Amino acid sequence: MAKEFVARGADLELKQIHKEFPGFTAIENLDLHVPAGEFFALLGPSGCGKTTTLRLVAGLESPTKGKIFIGGKDVTSTKPHERPVNTVFQSYALFPHMTVLENVAFGLRQRKVADPLAKAKDALNLVQLSHLADRKPQQLSGGQQQRVALARALVNRPSLLLLDEPLGALDLKLRREMQTELKAIQMEVGLTFLHVTHDQEEAMDMADTVAVMNLGRIEQMGAPETLYDRPKTVFVSKFLGQSNLLVGDVTSTSANSISIDVAGNKISVPKNRAEKHKGKIAIGFRPEKATFSSKKPTTSSSKNVIGPGEIIDIRFTGVSNQYLIEVPQLGNITVFAQNMTHFAPIEVGAKVWISWDVENSFGLSDLPAQNEKA
Amino acid sequence: MAFAAFGSSNAPAAAKPTRSGKVVIALLAPGLAYLGAFFLTPLFALIMVSLEVPDPTGGYAEYVPAFEIGNYLYVIGEYLPHILRSFGYALAATVLALLISYPLAYFIGVKARPRPLLQKLMLTLVIAPFFISFLLRTLAWKQIFSNESWIVSSLHDIGLLAPTQYVVGTPFMVIFGLTYNFIPFMTLPLYTSLERLDLRYLEAGSDLYASPTKVFRKVTLPLSMPGIISGTLLTFIPIAGDYINASGDFLGSSSTSMIGNVIESNYLQINDYPSASALSVLLMGVILVLVTFYVKKSGTEDLL
Repeated sequence: MAKEFVARGADLELKQIHKEFPGFTAIENLDLHVPAGEFFALLGPSGCGKTTTLRLVAGLESPTKGKIFIGGKDVTSTKPHERPVNTVFQSYALFPHMTVLENVAFGLRQRKVADPLAKAKDALNLVQLSHLADRKPQQLSGGQQQRVALARALVNRPSLLLLDEPLGALDLKLRREMQTELKAIQMEVGLTFLHVTHDQEEAMDMADTVAVMNLGRIEQMGAPETLYDRPKTVFVSKFLGQSNLLVGDVTSTSANSISIDVAGNKISVPKNRAEKHKGKIAIGFRPEKATFSSKKPTTSSSKNVIGPGEIIDIRFTGVSNQYLIEVPQLGNITVFAQNMTHFAPIEVGAKVWISWDVENSFGLSDLPAQNEKA
Repeated sequence: MAFAAFGSSNAPAAAKPTRSGKVVIALLAPGLAYLGAFFLTPLFALIMVSLEVPDPTGGYAEYVPAFEIGNYLYVIGEYLPHILRSFGYALAATVLALLISYPLAYFIGVKARPRPLLQKLMLTLVIAPFFISFLLRTLAWKQIFSNESWIVSSLHDIGLLAPTQYVVGTPFMVIFGLTYNFIPFMTLPLYTSLERLDLRYLEAGSDLYASPTKVFRKVTLPLSMPGIISGTLLTFIPIAGDYINASGDFLGSSSTSMIGNVIESNYLQINDYPSASALSVLLMGVILVLVTFYVKKSGTEDLL
């Protein structure tokens, strides 16, 4: 299988994958489908099982239960060297005893591809490192090593390219550059990319589809815009960007929306944006979707209003200001305001009302833990 | 240069006559003085003795300084079989020790990594024989393979050895003894280099379509080359000059004599000091040439 020189990506399917290590379960009943040619990101905090998932796909670990299909073929029991998969390792793992060029040519030589050195040179050209072909990896900077690792994997034109937090060791500017470059390369070569990362910005920026993983399970999967606009669980709402969450019992239901009561405030969410319609639910909204004013806004059915609260902290971050507003009995609410126009300065201690469109609320399927600040 | 193979430091020496340079010289002085007094002086004396001729007026075992290169031609002519045998045995024992030690060191240094206790226990087992005298252990093997031993009579019974054949005194026995005695010197350097082997390189190799055999040949073996080089040097050099295992008092016989045995008998028994010295210098020279060639050839100078 590995002998085929595929030009296009293949799809990846994980069926009911279960992985146990002595003493803990890393992955629980994971189902995942990555369509061919897609840039797919597995996003999650460290220890959520995302790297284990990647290693299972590469064949470096074998699942306790479940099956793995690449391009429709069952590869569950095949060895890593028999899989049409290449990995860009977090540590790069460039062979220290070989030159950069020999590193890149390694996979081609193993598969006895004709003219490995010329192809390796082409791959180095792609990552703009052909001038360093004769160096040893340890003579290169982190960013250069990362690009060599990428070239070493890409040159094989694998059906599936696995990226294990490959940008983690780079500084911000280089990381942004590499993100753009990676995305461009993926578009150009049309391979399937499975990218593991804990950086939500990186995942949203590059991926067509993002799967948010937590505690060995996929919490939610979808296009970055969908995940951000309509998170379904507390974890996703907090891990992907920031959220304000309000918890209360459903008190009234209309044709299109449901409302909860939070310390005397009526908070509504459209029915089609809520996971649960009954009982105690959590409703959230994004800090940049809310505004505040020093006068109580007129109530309407299309706006949620809470307040008055007191501004307890203002943080200037350049493009926006982040306001932390303490609302009695509700907790702290964060509001971002773009620094678009010069407006009357608001200082810590000011009394304000917070409002946002009902359309921008989202209802979650679970409730924040007791010790977690809503 | 060959000696650099034993160390793993590759720090370039700074050559600036700075204050720290003076400190370095002061720190080096005792070592240099020691080397001068106890290495260079005897070496020079040895070379001088190797060129001496018998005192024409003196008696038995009396020699006068000369410049007799013929001593070397004489010992080469007289003892060529012993010289070849020494290097043959040394080569065989080194290869055997490498073949036995590599899997052992790989197991301790790589496979046993998740179990530090097992790792320590196995390392202790490798070193433990050192607590018993080298001579005693060699004699013990002589007992085990002695003509009346259970092993030898069994070998006779099943016909693997002809009734007139025995084990002690054969080249097999000597090579066996040499291999056994020098295995720890091979295992320990191999262990140190395999213990540091980053397993992520092996994963990368298999991810890049290399079968386990290929990963071993293309990744593990080259990365453990420094260990192989120091291990083989640490066994080959002392084995080539060894005179215990091959001696008739231990595992060998007159037909298994190595250079060490010849030097010993020339020096202590027939008191032919120039020949003994010439053989010693020759042994040293040949080893130096072989080792230099070997280290160059293996192309691992930058890894040393």
